[in-house]
Amino acid sequence: MKVRFWGTRGSIPVSLTAPQIRRKLIAALSGSVGRSLDTSEAIERYVDEELGFDVRGTFGGHSSCVELDTGGAEHVVFDMGSGARPLGQSFLQRYGAGAPQTYHVFMSHVHWDHIMGFPFFAPVYIPGNRIVIHGCHAVLEEAFRRQQAAPSFPVDFSQLAATIEFDRLEPGKPHAIAGLAITPKLQRHEGDSYGYRVQAQGKSLVYTTDSEHKVGDVDERAAFIEFFRDADVVIFDAMYALADAISVKADWGHSSNIVGVELCQAARVRCLCMYHHEPAYDDQRIAQVLQETRRFEEITRDGHRLEVISAYDGLELDL
Amino acid sequence: MQLTVSAQRGAVVVAPAGRIDHASAEAFATALQPHLDRCRAGAEALIVDMSGVDYISSVGLRALMVAAKQAEAQAGRIAIAALSPMVREVFEISRFDMVFRIYRSLDDALASEGAGG
Repeated sequence: MKVRFWGTRGSIPVSLTAPQIRRKLIAALSGSVGRSLDTSEAIERYVDEELGFDVRGTFGGHSSCVELDTGGAEHVVFDMGSGARPLGQSFLQRYGAGAPQTYHVFMSHVHWDHIMGFPFFAPVYIPGNRIVIHGCHAVLEEAFRRQQAAPSFPVDFSQLAATIEFDRLEPGKPHAIAGLAITPKLQRHEGDSYGYRVQAQGKSLVYTTDSEHKVGDVDERAAFIEFFRDADVVIFDAMYALADAISVKADWGHSSNIVGVELCQAARVRCLCMYHHEPAYDDQRIAQVLQETRRFEEITRDGHRLEVISAYDGLELDL
Repeated sequence: MQLTVSAQRGAVVVAPAGRIDHASAEAFATALQPHLDRCRAGAEALIVDMSGVDYISSVGLRALMVAAKQAEAQAGRIAIAALSPMVREVFEISRFDMVFRIYRSLDDALASEGAGG
């Protein structure tokens, strides 16, 4: 199974700005002084091996959208943020417009940054495609229909050519869908959000975004440790620094890198993947948070080594 | 987690020792509370001497955040002193170094926050 990240930014999509690109170019060229970069191979080697990801690349700016490629006939996606647009294009490139497909979309919640990509997800315009939107919210269908109603969008939901179904899931219970055993869990977020634990092919993945953890809530902590238990990968909303998450940004519905590491250490998770990045952070800041989080894991390690990574638009993980 | 309390150079010094983690944070907060209640405008400064703390988790940091907020609401003075290198790193990574006045040593804290400060 593969996990592909199409949108990893929190709250609102962002894009690189001209001054940010200029800073990257200056950093790259400054680092090249005194080097012999007179062949394309030498230049590529310098870029790939000498420059940090925050200089040579970008964490990207699309809002939440993650694909789980099970290798099966039916497709699995988490959330429909703006990353759903490039994901839709990718599906069309892979399967063409003439071969009907089935897509299972699991929704954490229906806040705007998690549904905004749906009207731009090309498979919805192709007859024969079947799209099943799964979630635990009573307002699931209403939210999708409402964002395409006039005057907000030129194409009404009723005009979409694909067959679109809504499937209400029961939290706390495993559901057998698309070859997966998938269990939703209620999370702390305005209007509620739901995390998903997926078990398939001997592997386990947890998708847990827009989830605030109240430090000191013993029962909540125990429940999440159980939900994360021994997972191969936990995709975790680590939007804020801990000091912000429990003071000025308390009740904003997001968590921190520190809490992510602590929960994953206690649950003996293999890999923590930080996700839902703060839109105000540039690439340098996200890279710094990653470096600090790896250091925090190292100095608090208790026998179990937790791998820590930061999601970016375009990242592909082998489960 | 042990907590010793002393009056030094016009300040109240509380010195936890050991780990402040999910098992001990509540006891730490309870032990700190009476000293925090007295941390008011015009009263002596409260200094948390962290030299004996070798680990602090999110819940321990939260206890300190709650203490800082209460002291601020009462117009009292609270400061932290003598973080071990590892605990200092945790403060920096969690951005708690932006929340408190932090002194390199207890001596420095007493010089600034105590009766002569």
